[in-house]
Parts: sequence; C-alpha cells; structure tokens
Amino acid sequence: MRRAPRSATVSRRAFLGGLGAGSLLLAARVGSAQPLARIAAGSAESELRFEPNLFVALTPDGVVRVLAHRSEMGTGIRTALPMVVADELGADWDRVRIDQAIGDARLGSQNTDGSRSIRDFYDRMRVAGATARTMLERAAAERWGVDPAVCRAENHAIVHSESGRRLDFGELVEAAAQQEVPAEETLRFRPASEWRYVGRDLPLTDLDGLVDGSAKFGIDVRLDGQLFAAVERPPVYGGRLRSYDADAAKAQPGVVDVVELPPFQAPHGFQAIGGVAVLANSTWAALNARRSLRVEWEDGEHASYDTEDFERQLVDTARRSGTPWRTVGDAEGALAGADAGSVVEADYFVPHLAHASMEPPCALADVRVDDAGQITKLEVWAPTQNPQAAQEQLAATFGVEPTEAVVNVTLLGGGFGRKSKPDFIVEAALLSREAGRPVHVTWTREDDLRHDYYHALAAVHLTAAVDDRGRPTAWLQRAAFPTIFSTFVPGANAAANFEAGMGLSDLPYDVPNLTVETGTADAHVRIGWLRSVAHIQHAFATSSFPDELAHRAGRDPLEYLLELLGAPRMLDLEGVDYPNGDAPLERYPVDVGRLRHVTERAAELAGWGRELPRGRARGIACHRSFLSYCANVVEVEVTPEGELRIPHVTVVIDAGTVVHPDRVRAQMEGAAAFGASLALYGEVTARGGRIQQSNFHDYRVTRMYDAPRAVQVEIVASEAPPAGVGEVGVPPFAPALTNAIFAATGLRIRRLPIARHDLSWS
Amino acid sequence: MISLSINGTRREVDVDPRMPLLWVLRDVLGLTGTKYGCGMAQCGACTVHLDGEPLRSCVTPVSSVAGKSVTTIEGLSSDGDHPVQTAWKELAVPQCGYCQVGQMMTAAALIAEVPDPTDDDIDAGMAGNICRCGTYPRIRAAIKQAAKEVSR
Repeated sequence: MRRAPRSATVSRRAFLGGLGAGSLLLAARVGSAQPLARIAAGSAESELRFEPNLFVALTPDGVVRVLAHRSEMGTGIRTALPMVVADELGADWDRVRIDQAIGDARLGSQNTDGSRSIRDFYDRMRVAGATARTMLERAAAERWGVDPAVCRAENHAIVHSESGRRLDFGELVEAAAQQEVPAEETLRFRPASEWRYVGRDLPLTDLDGLVDGSAKFGIDVRLDGQLFAAVERPPVYGGRLRSYDADAAKAQPGVVDVVELPPFQAPHGFQAIGGVAVLANSTWAALNARRSLRVEWEDGEHASYDTEDFERQLVDTARRSGTPWRTVGDAEGALAGADAGSVVEADYFVPHLAHASMEPPCALADVRVDDAGQITKLEVWAPTQNPQAAQEQLAATFGVEPTEAVVNVTLLGGGFGRKSKPDFIVEAALLSREAGRPVHVTWTREDDLRHDYYHALAAVHLTAAVDDRGRPTAWLQRAAFPTIFSTFVPGANAAANFEAGMGLSDLPYDVPNLTVETGTADAHVRIGWLRSVAHIQHAFATSSFPDELAHRAGRDPLEYLLELLGAPRMLDLEGVDYPNGDAPLERYPVDVGRLRHVTERAAELAGWGRELPRGRARGIACHRSFLSYCANVVEVEVTPEGELRIPHVTVVIDAGTVVHPDRVRAQMEGAAAFGASLALYGEVTARGGRIQQSNFHDYRVTRMYDAPRAVQVEIVASEAPPAGVGEVGVPPFAPALTNAIFAATGLRIRRLPIARHDLSWS
Repeated sequence: MISLSINGTRREVDVDPRMPLLWVLRDVLGLTGTKYGCGMAQCGACTVHLDGEPLRSCVTPVSSVAGKSVTTIEGLSSDGDHPVQTAWKELAVPQCGYCQVGQMMTAAALIAEVPDPTDDDIDAGMAGNICRCGTYPRIRAAIKQAAKEVSR
C-alpha cells in the first residue's frame, strides 16, 4: 500500500479552513515587541488581523502542521526548518505534516535566495515551536492543577515531571487553544542537549514523491481546460515586434490562438519580456506552431553587443582606477616605489553564465476578468523562489494589490537564482487574461539559455609588489562587470556594495598596503544573480593570485596562503561600506581564524603534500561567503594529451550551527559539480546582440563522467549562529581546480572556462 | 488514433503522429513523472523504457512507438520499490529531484543489461543524463547498491 502523503500544498485559506474546530493555531511573530497572537481555527481570512507570521498548527488528532514558507529547490529546506519547530515543540516527527505556504508578506521574506533560509528563520522557527509548547504545557498544568514549570514536552506529550503523568498533544489541543499566547521574551528555549532532530539526518519530506515520479513541479501542474503556451521573444535584449504571421501559426494542428505580449518598459526588473505567444492544446502543438510565426524584430540599442569586444573593454577598465571600496595603507604608493622586478600582475576573466536549471522557467496562471474588465481571479502556480516578488509584479502588471494575487509555490526543478525572477509567471498571467482560461507557459531550453538573467561577465586585474620572500607588500585589485542594478535602475553601471562585498571589499588577506576597487560597465543583457553571484569572479581572482605568487616564490601554496591570511583575527572593516549579507558584523564577523581552520583541515584531509604521480596534482582555495567559511582541495589528473579528470575533491565547511548535516553534505557535493560546470565549460557569448548558445550541446554542464568523482565533505562542529550553505561551496571550487591544473601541467588559467585551453603537457 | 501500450495498459490517443512521446505522456495522458529538459536528447530527463531499452521520449515521434511497450516511472514498480528507487531513497540521492526520474529509468535499464556495472560502465551508461544539482556521486553509489540488490 502506498503511504499517505505527508505533505500537501495548500492556500492559507484552505489551510485554516481544513483544520476544523478545536485546532490550535498559532501565529508566531518574531522581530518585534508585539506579543504573539492566537488565531482560532476556521477563521475567515479577515480574522487574521492579529498576526501575520503563521507557522504552526495542531489539529485535534494531535498532528502538528508546520507551514513551509521557503521554496524547495533541492536544499531540503522543507525538511530542515520544520525540524527546528518540531524540536523546540517536542513533537514526534512522524506526527508532523508540512504544508507549503502561498506567497504572503506576513510570513516574512520568502525569497529563497542568498543562502538565507536557515540563518534568517532558525530563530523564528524556535519561537514558533516554543510558543506552541508553552501553551500546551500550561494547558496540561491547568488540567493537573500543577505549576507549568514542572510540565515539559517530550515526544508529542506533556509530561508531569513529579508524577510521570502524560497527556498527548492531541488531548490538549482544545485547552491549549484557550491559553494566552506567551510573549516572545518570556519563552524558554530548549538547550541543544535536548534536541532530537536538529543535527540529525531525518528523511526528506519530499523524497518518496521524487522517487516514484508523483512529485509536482511547476511544469506538472494542471487545471481543467488549460491551454499550453510557447512564447517567441526578441532575440536581442529590448527588441520589439515588427511583424509576424499569426495565420500560419493558427493553421497548425492544435492551435487555439496567437497572442501578442507587450514589450517591457525599461527598467526591465521582473516584467515579462514581451513577444508573441501561441496558445494550443499541448506543449508540442504550441512549440510546433511557434516555428510558423516567422517573426521579424526591431532589434534596438543592444544589437551591437558582442562579448568578444566587450571583454576587451572590461579588461581595459579593470586596469584603470575605479571606485575604491577598502583601503589599507597606500597600495598605489607602495607599487610606485617598488622596483619592477618585484611587481606581479595578472588579469582574470569569467564570462557570462546561465542558470540552466533542469526544469526551465514555467508557470500556470488562471486570471479572470468580469464584463467591466475588473480582475476577479488572479492565481498562479509556479516553481518560484520568490512568491512575494511574483505577487508584487502581478499587482503592478494588473493594477491590483499584491494580496489579491494568489501565488502557489510548487516544487522547483532547480533554481540557482533564476527562479527568483518572476517574469515567466507574469507571462502566463497575461496570456491567461487574454485567453479567459488557465494557461501554462513552458520555456524551452533554448528560450531559457537565450533569455536568462545572466551572471555578469567580469574582468579582474591584480597587481602586487612582493618582498624577497615573495610575500605581498602591496595588493591592488580592480574588478569590472555590469551590475545587477542595471536590470532595475536605468543606466546603472557601477557595482553595488553587495557586489563588491562578495569577496572583494572583505578580502581577508593580511597585506600592509591594500586597495580594492570596481570600475564601470554597461549592461546589454539582463544581468542577474546566479548561485554565489559576484563571489564567482572575486574568488577566482583572489584565490588564483596567491597560488601564482606562491609558485613564483618557489613556496608551497598552502603554506603561502596561510601566511597571507595572517593571524586569526576579526577582519577590521571599520568605515567600509560592507553589507555582510545584511547580517550584523557583531554576530557574524569576518573571522579569519575560522577561514584558516577550514583551509588547514581541508589540506589535512586531502593529504596535502603527499606525492602524486606526474600529471596528478592538488589545488587549494578558501573563501568566506554568505557568512560561512569553506575550503576546497581539488585533485586533478591531466593526461599528456590534455584530458582532464577530477578524481577527488575535499570540502570543509564551517556554517555555524547545522540543522540537517546530510543536506549540507549534499549541497557541497552539488556545489562541486556546479563549480566544475562553470569552470570547465560555462560561457554564454553574444554576437550582434544575440546569445549564441541554445542547448546543452553548446552550453555544456558536467555529466557523470566529467564531474568530480568523489567529494569528501567535512562539516566543522560549531555552535556559532547558523550561516549560509547553498551557495558557499561554489566560489572556491574554480580556483582550486585551476590551481591544481597549474600544479599538474604548468599551465595557468586566468580566463574561464577551462575548455578554451589546451591542457596538454610533456 | 494511435494505439499505445503504456505501463501495461492499452491507450488510444488522437494526436499528430509527429508529436514526441514525451508530450503525449505529459499533456495528453497526464503522466507527468517523465520530464522535459532539453527537447533534443541532450539531458535524459525524458527517459522512458521502450521494450525495456532506455529511450529519449522528447525526440521520439509517438507514431514510432505504436504497438511497442512503453514503461514510464509511473510503471517502473508498483510501489516505488524498484531496487533503483529503493537505493535512491536510502542514499537520499535527489536534491531538487527533477532529473532523477530520467536518471533512475536510465539506471534501471543499465543494471538490467550490466548486472555488475564498473565505474566505466556507469560513466558510459549515464553519460546522457544531466543533473544540474550535481548528485552524480550519489547516483553512482546508488546504482552500485541497486545492482547488488538485483543480483542477490
């Protein structure tokens, strides 16, 4: 027999309505002085006025229902955050159900991005669990006529410590619902010694459905009467429709209609791109007919974008002075005073990258209007990382309030930052309004690769003066890349503080004269964030250059790197415009000691220094990102003919408190493959404003045979505040790999991807 | 009308004979376990079995499988307990999980043909399947575990 599904996707209304009388429903508010509010079960939506942050409910049968408000794209977040609630509550995991939240600003940010879910919501989940537990404890104490202080939650029951009497949660639901909601500051939290789940590898909430094929991704959602849509979009960013042949498309089998989508109004933001859509009775019918549209375009101002030319401009910009982000001593003075033989320079370059999540952008929308043209229904189902951004963009598009847009979050077939941008959801909604029935838009792989929000191509120039031991006395680093702001602010061409703050302004090296700067760059495609964002280019440069300097000085790269990191200390960022991932530096300082520790530990685990046969070698890199510390040792094998294999990778991560260790290991394993993909093959190019890649044959990613063969992961045991995980493994991988290639072959790769280079040696 | 055998059941579909099997499964028959990833046999997300052999359904016109036996993930086992599925669960292989149906269908065909696959067999057999989350080391381990289970 099939096991009952342990999870469901429900709207808030259904969630509330389905619980029945006598349920205990809690709204846990965190981060404000307001008391927690209790909401009676079955409340109408309007009665939710007390409180927005609704995470826990108990039904009369004692089942604990936890609202998962972050999006599941493979990190295991639909398991990990509920584990925190269950532990704090004293619930039995087998009697916990997970409900996926719709987009709702009252839940706090749902933007599942920036490796934030655990670090931003760990405390909130504890408050939610502790609140419910406290009310259950008080209900039991009342029943027994004892002091609540001698009642404690244990394995889904409240236990009276003195007599050993117990009451199951289910027996207390009604009475608990009558209790005052305790103020957050009065809550007691369980010590780590009482945790049963946090720190353990519980089975994943969605595992069974993913393995038997029943799991529903955005591409799988169906509504009665829905149409399937394929959209032809302008090949050049900002292009506009000139003409198309609707009749030819309509003559194809299965076609219902051809609909124009208006072009976006700059700045682009999250608007639909615009173009022409074919609506049909199957995805294939829509795709097939789309080829008959014979669209002609007005290309517009970006038609001359050529990444080869642009690369030269960027490299040139990175060699000139720009906006300083952090200055220690006088790097330029020290460089000017150094003799030519002691000055080392290098240019690094990372091209545009595409997300290429296996599930392409897709969405189902049901939008209805009445005879007066008023919106009467606006509901979407989508694999979105950011349902609230979808609500806001839908509201702006249709002239309604964000709360009127119902955004259902499905499972995501990968995200990597692409699915934070709801442009594809807006497309589906616009088409549904035109069709007067549900419309499902599916992007093809070609659509995805040609119309992405690309990772910025970036040039980084480094100059150092070194002393007679090869140690830098001056370090000048200048980066140039189009900013993510360009997608949101017309004409924006300067790096934002958060982009500089991803491994550049917080460069951890101990150098007496240091300057880091960014130059300006225009954008000619949509620029967006991709797993680990600007850390990619900054880490590639900052972890390659020390390796170059070490070899130049004839020193061991590990020993050199540790010396460059300097003594364990908190990096002094006084006066630096450094957002630190929006986290306070007092709680999350830049701790060079922790960075050193992961580096030393990775080296030790990898057997750094042990002899390898010719053609095999190791490379090392370390990087702090998303408040966590990560080091990679990559071992390569390069044949004399230049064939590369990656037999072994060692990853050590210090992410502070870890909730689900196996998912942290999985993220590190995955980050190695993601890092290998971008390092080996990742490159999106444009000519004549048109993206030249179209599918996995020309935008390659790693496969079974060329991905790292074994990935060994160690998680540093820590009780430090929880920090990021999902993106943290990516930044150090590429430089550790190219450093290893240098050690194996003598070839220094400063321009990614590696596939451009001949690795043969003799 | 085209007559198909899907997971042991006869299905009649009235579709354009050029329509790839993938879209017939997903959009006409409602079997959404089989996934779209590239549409040109580059990624393996759409893998099904045709008379036991792995097949990229995204480039296979439905007319070409008439009268042959198609197995999708929905029919791989009665209760999600094919040895490959069991190993996938035990090793917690999936991250996002989107590609895993195709990975498992390819893996099931691989161990049916090569009962004790070496690393090279796995490299070759799985070369057509992409996992963007990077679960390759676990897929490899799960294939070996499932193969052991089958040959026991």
